[in-house]
Amino acid sequence: MTNQLFSAAVFGGSFVAGFVGSLTGLGGGVVIVPLLTIAFGVNMRYAIGASLVSVIATSSGAAAAYVREGFSNVRIGMLLEIATSLGALIGAAVAAFVPTAGLAILLGVVLLGSVFAPAHKEDTKTPRAQEADSMGARLGLNSQYPGPHGVTSYSVRRIPLGFGMMGAAGMLSGLLGIGSGAVKVLAMDLAMGLPFKVSTTTSNFMIGVTAAASAGIYLHRGYIDPGLAMPVTLGVVAGSLLGARLLATAASGRLRILFRTVIFALGVEMIYNGWTGRL
Amino acid sequence: MYSDQKMENQMGSLLRAGVILSCLIMLAGGILYVMRHGAEHEAYSIFHGEPAALESIGGILREVRAGSARGVIQLSVLTMIATPVMRVAFAVYGFSRQRQWVFTAISLTVLLLLAFGLSERG
Repeated sequence: MTNQLFSAAVFGGSFVAGFVGSLTGLGGGVVIVPLLTIAFGVNMRYAIGASLVSVIATSSGAAAAYVREGFSNVRIGMLLEIATSLGALIGAAVAAFVPTAGLAILLGVVLLGSVFAPAHKEDTKTPRAQEADSMGARLGLNSQYPGPHGVTSYSVRRIPLGFGMMGAAGMLSGLLGIGSGAVKVLAMDLAMGLPFKVSTTTSNFMIGVTAAASAGIYLHRGYIDPGLAMPVTLGVVAGSLLGARLLATAASGRLRILFRTVIFALGVEMIYNGWTGRL
Repeated sequence: MYSDQKMENQMGSLLRAGVILSCLIMLAGGILYVMRHGAEHEAYSIFHGEPAALESIGGILREVRAGSARGVIQLSVLTMIATPVMRVAFAVYGFSRQRQWVFTAISLTVLLLLAFGLSERG
């Protein structure tokens, strides 16, 4: 394929991934590597490098819109970014020694897991139902957010568990070039008991920092090719900008089911390819 | 009082400016790249790494000065990576302005981790 045609096709594919990912709230970053390796025959390591750059772009690009809503918690985010950046550095350092077949299988497992990631959720947590956690109070992490019934206070619990899960999320991000937003949300929402909206918006902020931690290592190692990173990043950014402008409708609910099916199929394909040594 | 919300608003604007700038540089480099190398054949199926000039900050800047399209795209990758780093640096400033020394130290730790990843030896 000529570069001209290749750039256009990769831009198109990335645009669709970014569009559907942002419209469904499932994120498009996780499908970029399988898209590039399966549909375009790109080597896994180049695909990871390009995906990482696009992950930084979408996370940072969406931040301005998220901030205005007043949900994100900069203190919790910054504290947990120690864990995610450390994990990302370790993941990126280890990635060079993991055969691409191993990376493919791991990514496949992550894809299968993200099929079940919640895209939206009613907040049923009430501030009183949570046990108090002195560490959260001491650090001044408890805060409030604009809930469905006015300003609602929330508290933070099980910080060490959340911190550990964030380290794992960072490692996956550094190994596979994904944002691993689903694991981050899981850590804050389930482990630390934060409201779902606070978890998703704070996670979005953290994704960019996590990806930036490993991107430098990937750049120095020659994983980031400009001819590939360019159409991937521009495509994903343009697609997610458009997706964010459209309102969630019944059609986006059906699209979400379709996208989950695609993620599932890509996961199976990645594991199969990794297992049979095709990647 | 310099509130968390105000700090986050400024961070949000900073991030957006960084992404817009990076995408514009990337687009310019991309147009140049497709014009110059559009007819060549891509070869991404086998990993062979990048030329050394496109792997380091100094090398990329030299490529840009030499007018290389791939160098310009790689410069946009650098500014893209720098965008969240700037946000963390801004948090160091914001928390110190609030006299929240624990969080100033936490942000500084994250900044050091990021700097370690970006350092040439990685």
